[in-house]
Amino acid sequence: MKTIEDLKRLREELKTKNNLRHEGGTQIIVGMGTCGIAAGARQVMTAVLEEVAKRKLEDVKVCQTGCIGMCEKEVLLDVVRPGEPRITYGRVTPADVPKIIAEHVVNGRIIAELAVGKITE
Amino acid sequence: MREISLHILDLVQNSNEAGATAVKLEIIEDLSKDSMIIRVSDNGRGMNKQLRQLVIDPFITTRTTRRIGLGLPLMDMSTKRCGGYLNIDSTPGEGTVIEAMYQHSHFDRPPMGNLVETIKSILVANAALQFSYYHTVNNKTLTVSSQEISDILDGVPLTQPDVLIWLHGYLSDNIANLYGGAKDENN
Repeated sequence: MKTIEDLKRLREELKTKNNLRHEGGTQIIVGMGTCGIAAGARQVMTAVLEEVAKRKLEDVKVCQTGCIGMCEKEVLLDVVRPGEPRITYGRVTPADVPKIIAEHVVNGRIIAELAVGKITE
Repeated sequence: MREISLHILDLVQNSNEAGATAVKLEIIEDLSKDSMIIRVSDNGRGMNKQLRQLVIDPFITTRTTRRIGLGLPLMDMSTKRCGGYLNIDSTPGEGTVIEAMYQHSHFDRPPMGNLVETIKSILVANAALQFSYYHTVNNKTLTVSSQEISDILDGVPLTQPDVLIWLHGYLSDNIANLYGGAKDENN
């Protein structure tokens, strides 16, 4: 059974690594309003976290947001790479997540057929 | 919503949108009383009496002032169908307490569902939120606090891959332990 003590040990191990990055990474944002949750946002979030763990992505930040008014296109998932426009993907399923992470988050290639919006800051 | 754990995720997002910085989730399952109580308390902006009555009505939404939708009405409906209630206690400027009660053994009670993923999502995707989770099943209790975890992590984010793997294992093992080792309440 995993315990808090395991986390303390893990923290000690991580201290010796110097590749920890806390800021400046890519952001992944999942819509978690009632509409998002009802459409399967938690399963999408689970898939994102699994993929981050599996691919050992050290500089990805995962957040949630509420309803932004595009309820019919939920689950919405946004990817923001530093210095690039914010891309919103719509009707995302857990099966789409590995592709979005491999193509966009890791390699910077926007998946046009899944994208529903783009915000340039 | 098919799972109580999805309602919980929804309630916590409501607290977020009310500007809460601290949210406490309590789940109290007492089989001797045949009850399951879900209580979410936050320190958000709170609601006045009028708004508190409005939020339960799905057909009155005040989208211009606040985002109010189907979340609370759906949960209200699901508790009432199961011999329970949904109670809202709120003070403007101080916060809100939502308490939902279900008759534990009720035929129509939705399953708790994947509580591990709900708690994990809340902790990871709301890094700035002070979140605490207390869960009691009969005489067994589990407490998880985002403060304790972030103190130990000392600057390492929860999204660090090895930390994510730990978190998943920690929550799965300890929540399963509450139910006597079963990974699902139906097994």
